[in-house]
This record gives sequence, C-alpha cells and structure tokens, in this order.
Amino acid sequence: MAFSITEWYNDKLEGEVILNFNGSITPDLITEALDTIENSLNLKNEKNKIRKKVYNVFVECLQNLYHHVDKAPVELIDNQENNFGVIILSKDGSFYRISTGNFVDKSKINVIKDRIDQVNSLSDKEIKMLYLDIMSNGEFSDKGGGGLGMLDIVRKTGNKLEYYFYKYNDSHIFFSLDVYIS
Amino acid sequence: METIVREGTPKTPYVRLDGEKGIIEIKGRSIPENSIEFYKPLIDWLEEYGSGVSSDTAVNVQLEYFNTSSSKCILDIFKKLENIFKKGQKVEVNWYYEEDDEDMFEAGEDYQSIINIPFKMIEMEE
Repeated sequence: MAFSITEWYNDKLEGEVILNFNGSITPDLITEALDTIENSLNLKNEKNKIRKKVYNVFVECLQNLYHHVDKAPVELIDNQENNFGVIILSKDGSFYRISTGNFVDKSKINVIKDRIDQVNSLSDKEIKMLYLDIMSNGEFSDKGGGGLGMLDIVRKTGNKLEYYFYKYNDSHIFFSLDVYIS
Repeated sequence: METIVREGTPKTPYVRLDGEKGIIEIKGRSIPENSIEFYKPLIDWLEEYGSGVSSDTAVNVQLEYFNTSSSKCILDIFKKLENIFKKGQKVEVNWYYEEDDEDMFEAGEDYQSIINIPFKMIEMEE
C-alpha cells in the first residue's frame, strides 16, 4: 500500500494534542512553537522536572529538523517552501510523545538508521560515556550540532527512539521519528 | 577590560562578563540554532581576560536548559577558565540547578568530569 502522509498524520494525532505543525521549519517557527507549548496548561501543571525535559527534548527535535531536512516532493509544498517538516507534541496517557516527520534523500537512510540503531543499542552508562566523548573531542559540524542531538534525546528521555522510513515515491523517503517522555 | 552584558532572549541566556570584578555570569536558557555565533565573542573575551587576569574569578552558571550545540560552546568557556586556573589563579564555578532537575545536575557533573576546576553544585528551591 502506498504511503499516505495524511494517514501517518492522523495516527500521530492520538491523545491530547498540545502542538501540531507542518510547514517550513525556521528559527522563528521554533521560537513560536516553544512559546505555544510553554503556554499549554498540560505542561504548566506538570512538575518542573518533566516540563523542562519536554521543552528541552522538543527543541532538540525541532532543531534536528531545522538542520537536517531535505527537500520535499514538489506537489506537497507551496511555492517551493524549504525545510518542510512536521512536528506533533501530544500527551497520551502517562507520557508525552513528540513525533517528527520529514523527507530525506535516499542516500542518507543508512547513515540515519545506523546512527539511531547504535544509540538505541547502548546502555544508559554507555550513552553518557559516548556523549561526553563526543562533546569533549568532537568537532562542530557546519550545522553546529556535532552529532549529539539523538544521544541527548535518548539520555534525557531514557527511552529508545522509534523510527520508520516510508517510501513516498522513487526519489523521496519520509522519515518518521517518535520520542517518548514518561 | 570592557564588560560585556547580553540581555536574555527567548533563545539565548543573560550573560555578564565583568573583568574588573572577576565575575562571569550565564543565566537562563541557551537554545540558539547557531550557538557558535552567540558564544564566539564570549570565548574570545575570555581568552583576552585570561591573558591578563591577576585576581580571583567567580563563575555563576544558572541555566534553565540548553541545546546540544550550546553544550559544546559552554565546554569551550570552561576550557578557557581551566587555562586560567592552570596558571595558578583562583577560579570557582557555581553551578546552580533546581532541586528536582536531574538533567541540569547531570550536565554540571558532565562538565566537572571533563574540566579540572573547582565546581560547587548549588541546589535551588523551587
């Protein structure tokens, strides 16, 4: 069956949706989105600890999108809008879920997959060691991140990353990522 | 030396670098997309400060949260401070965190494990 963004989207809207955005991921959008979730009553009533964790991981997810998305298929975007991405934050039962979706070039699938599989395979202690190692020895990438994003998300949430690559058409792959904060 | 003050913004922290008093303060949140752009002038300032400092330096870090690209820049700040400490000047870091904020506590521990300067972990009540 062909992949449908609409169906994917509807799937991710389960639970109480706190923020739901699809479009161009820009620095201004990130500021606005953060402002929106800070004003959410769900989060305002949370313990400090959880609230800050959600903000922190949310920003990291959005900035991952900002730095790494590839071009979307032309029929999906208006006026060649760049940096197309989707982000949804919802509260589903006892946990918060951050889902992101974006297009990536076929050539990057293996790199992303290996990266996430590696992070998912590590114990808490190994994650911490690797984080410290990259932070103290790693070089900044031209995008400024330096490969700490995924590690940081897993370290802060204590949960594995759930991801999937959907074939959209011959040249476009849709990358879906779910992060759980409990 | 010129004192640098940067007011806080939704994505960058309040910063005060006061060479005369030997006080360095970073407060708020640090989540810019381009951390190098924000931190480079501060790191350059510390480099210059380190070359002529002859008194004690107190460093107060009270961050709400920060992104991973800031984490490396903050480490670079600590590396500059470590150089000052190695030259025999007194440097003390006060790392503030809210009482239940394990993430910020652990971040302080991370830096402490990499950087060889005295760290004081200070818990703040909510």
